[in-house]
Amino acid sequence: MTIDFLGITLQSYSWQTVLGSSISGVFLGSIYALVALGLTLIYGVLHIINFAHGSLLMLAMYAVFFLWNILGLDPYLSMLIVVPCGYLFGYTLQRTIIGKASHGKDEITLLVMLGVSIIMENTALFFFTATDRSVRVAYDLDGFDLGVTYVVYPEIAALLGSLLITLVLWFFMSYTDTGKAIRAVSKEPQGARLVGINVEHIFAVSFGIGTACVAAAAALLVPTYAVHPQIGNLFVLIAFTVVVLGGMGSFVGALAGGLIIGVTEQLGRLYLGESLGLITISVIFIIVLLFRPTGLFGSKSN
Amino acid sequence: MNNRVRFTGWCLLLVMLSITPLFITSGRWIDFLEMTMFVAVLGQGWNILGGYGGQYSFGNALFFGTGAYIQALLQFKFGLSPWFALWFALAGTTLVGAMVGYLSFRYGLRGSYFALITLAFAEAFHVLSRSLPAITEGGHGVQLTLNQNPDQAIYTFQFNFAGEFLKTYGFYYTIFLIMLIAFWLVWMMERSRFGAQLVAVRENEDAAEALGINAFRVKMGAICLSAAITAMAGVYYTQKFLFIEPGIAYGPAKSVEALFAPIIGGLGTVIGPLLGSFFIHGIGEITKEMIGQVFGNRPGVDLILFGVILVLVLAYLPRGLAGLAEDLWKKIFRGNNVRS
Amino acid sequence: MLEVNAVCKNFGGLNAVSSASLVVPKGKIVSLIGPNGAGKTTLFALISGFIKPDSGKIFFDGKDVTNERPHSICHKGLVRTFQVVQPFANLSVQENIAVGAHTRLVKRQDALAKAAEVAAQVGMGKMLEQSAGSLTIAGRKCLELARALATEPKLLLLDEVMAGLNATEIQEIVNIINGIRDSGVTIFLIEHVMQAVMSLSDYTYVLNQGVMIADGEPREVTSNPAVIEAYLGHGAADRIAAISTMNSRNESVDA
Repeated sequence: MTIDFLGITLQSYSWQTVLGSSISGVFLGSIYALVALGLTLIYGVLHIINFAHGSLLMLAMYAVFFLWNILGLDPYLSMLIVVPCGYLFGYTLQRTIIGKASHGKDEITLLVMLGVSIIMENTALFFFTATDRSVRVAYDLDGFDLGVTYVVYPEIAALLGSLLITLVLWFFMSYTDTGKAIRAVSKEPQGARLVGINVEHIFAVSFGIGTACVAAAAALLVPTYAVHPQIGNLFVLIAFTVVVLGGMGSFVGALAGGLIIGVTEQLGRLYLGESLGLITISVIFIIVLLFRPTGLFGSKSN
Repeated sequence: MNNRVRFTGWCLLLVMLSITPLFITSGRWIDFLEMTMFVAVLGQGWNILGGYGGQYSFGNALFFGTGAYIQALLQFKFGLSPWFALWFALAGTTLVGAMVGYLSFRYGLRGSYFALITLAFAEAFHVLSRSLPAITEGGHGVQLTLNQNPDQAIYTFQFNFAGEFLKTYGFYYTIFLIMLIAFWLVWMMERSRFGAQLVAVRENEDAAEALGINAFRVKMGAICLSAAITAMAGVYYTQKFLFIEPGIAYGPAKSVEALFAPIIGGLGTVIGPLLGSFFIHGIGEITKEMIGQVFGNRPGVDLILFGVILVLVLAYLPRGLAGLAEDLWKKIFRGNNVRS
Repeated sequence: MLEVNAVCKNFGGLNAVSSASLVVPKGKIVSLIGPNGAGKTTLFALISGFIKPDSGKIFFDGKDVTNERPHSICHKGLVRTFQVVQPFANLSVQENIAVGAHTRLVKRQDALAKAAEVAAQVGMGKMLEQSAGSLTIAGRKCLELARALATEPKLLLLDEVMAGLNATEIQEIVNIINGIRDSGVTIFLIEHVMQAVMSLSDYTYVLNQGVMIADGEPREVTSNPAVIEAYLGHGAADRIAAISTMNSRNESVDA
């Protein structure tokens, strides 16, 4: 059955095709979840929406690319370098520029983050130019045939990677001293200060961890996506949608939101075509912002 | 700095801008001034909602693009005269602004959430303009036919074949006029009840409500005005370049340009967007020269600089260049008083 | 002028206001007192439209305003000030007050002129150009009052307008408030400063934990045992009574 509407063709598909799309949506969604994880942590603790998140992802992806290009380092192995570097970069960024320039006011922070992301994006454009950079690894087209769809190794790695990192983060936040300090600061910064916690340090640590998550996501993404300076923009809106849908500050929410968005995007692509399919993300975003801004798992605290 | 001084300053500035073309023959300078004024208009549109209203939109490309597209499509598909089309462009874009405003403000979105939703809307329209070729010609964009008949120049609002003077200066004076109208509107708004109420809502929405201000209505008025003025910039763009496509119309570039100028120049002031635009484009040109000599012509340089200036201004100069000028003026004045 | 009938508000299980009723007659000054956390500001927020009551009705000037928004209630003539002052920090004193004046006046010149007038009325005539953010706490309270006054209210709700002021400042504000009442404005105020309550109010209501526990003339109400207990704790009324009986016995002995 086919419907033609304003130049778009809508048709129905077999359940196998739909299932296949959904499964690849799950894998895609797990990457989104990982990107969103850093964003939701930063929001949960610093209560700022990190508009530079996409640019951080882009820089991390370039780092992974160049490690592969110059040193021949496999993207998954390069995580060992990129993730700690990402943490340090994020920590320094927050401690020096963002914290200082914002004067503690949320509206200013918003604009500072935008400024930082513009600087990063265009520095990349200047030094690396706009050409797409791709990483080719030996196994990037190998995978499993599930009947309804073909799943490649990088996708599986992404799903496992995301789940693993979420687990590690959850463990870290619940059982380590720093994790508890972070939770304290996110609930009550003044109180945390009074008990002797160095709040500026914790802010920077949280930002650093958020950036580290993004760096990990970058390593998982590079085998599948070509890198160019604008790629951050693409992921930014998706990451925000995931976080808003899942609930600001919730890890479970980021995971759930990521998977839902991933599946919705793939199904959207299936039914509405490659380009129009992307509109599902904007639509979900707008609807959630209007009708349930706290998301699925978020708290109403702010 | 009182009103009389400001008014005089403005008159001087506007006179200078209007006679400049008569003394400058360098095409590059004319282009520079045109670009400066264009971004000033874009920035003034943002300034109404952002500077005066305190609601930062990250998606003003939505208004620019819609204005540009309506202007282009009505001419392309129906052969409508650009002078008619522009009213539809303004009205249509204002409607879009009202829709975004209604949804955002009715549901109480502020701060980061408001910025995000404007981003989402701009992106949604970006996708739509690319994916609905039946309406918008899709990724090909809309190319308007070039009019080569000098007698038809004014009617088609195209000056490329309209004789020496119009060809060189036609669009300069067009954008100058548009800027005049936009800035005059904001000047009047500043001195009106609406302006006072808008600023009150920005400062403290609850206190404003307690004093009888319908914050929702005021914000709606602001976003509609912002949309209309930004649409004027879109109309200008279409007429000057005779081409519009999804990336130019709804891409992030215009959204970002729209907020650079007022923030750097001075939020919530009439001259802010012009000062800011002049400053960043001036520095941009100088930098491109310098860097160009060393690295060759590579894109991105000017934007890096703009980003750095933005962060520096936010950190150290919250009232922008206009605020700086006011402070200097006060120092000079106070200095005079002490001496006499 | 103002009639509140059995208004209730519950916040997630906590009864902030339970069936509160009161009347504020025209031209009088009525006060609302009670210990901290009693629900007084919540009641003000309910009356002025910032919060919707769960049940009950509010009548202002004969009209039902129970579910109206703050700005339309202000247009009807009921204005409130805030316990935590909310100046428009980046505007000058005159511009602040002018915002209030614009409720009734459309032209900017008129609003600015009215603002200057009102500023003089509250003693801020010389500070018109000063930035609101640079004012002292007393200045901000005065500004809050002036802004509300500029809207030409029929009823003024003042929420702890004297908090944080010293004795001289309190006396000044008391005079100003009396002046406002003399000009025909009805006043309903929340206050902790008892001296002001006694000297200003014609009538007093006492709220404790969301419930109206007493009302009457200020002097009566403050010697009401239930009221004393609300402020000073259980049994306090008896203890105070015991001490004063003991004192009067001692005096009669000395004499």
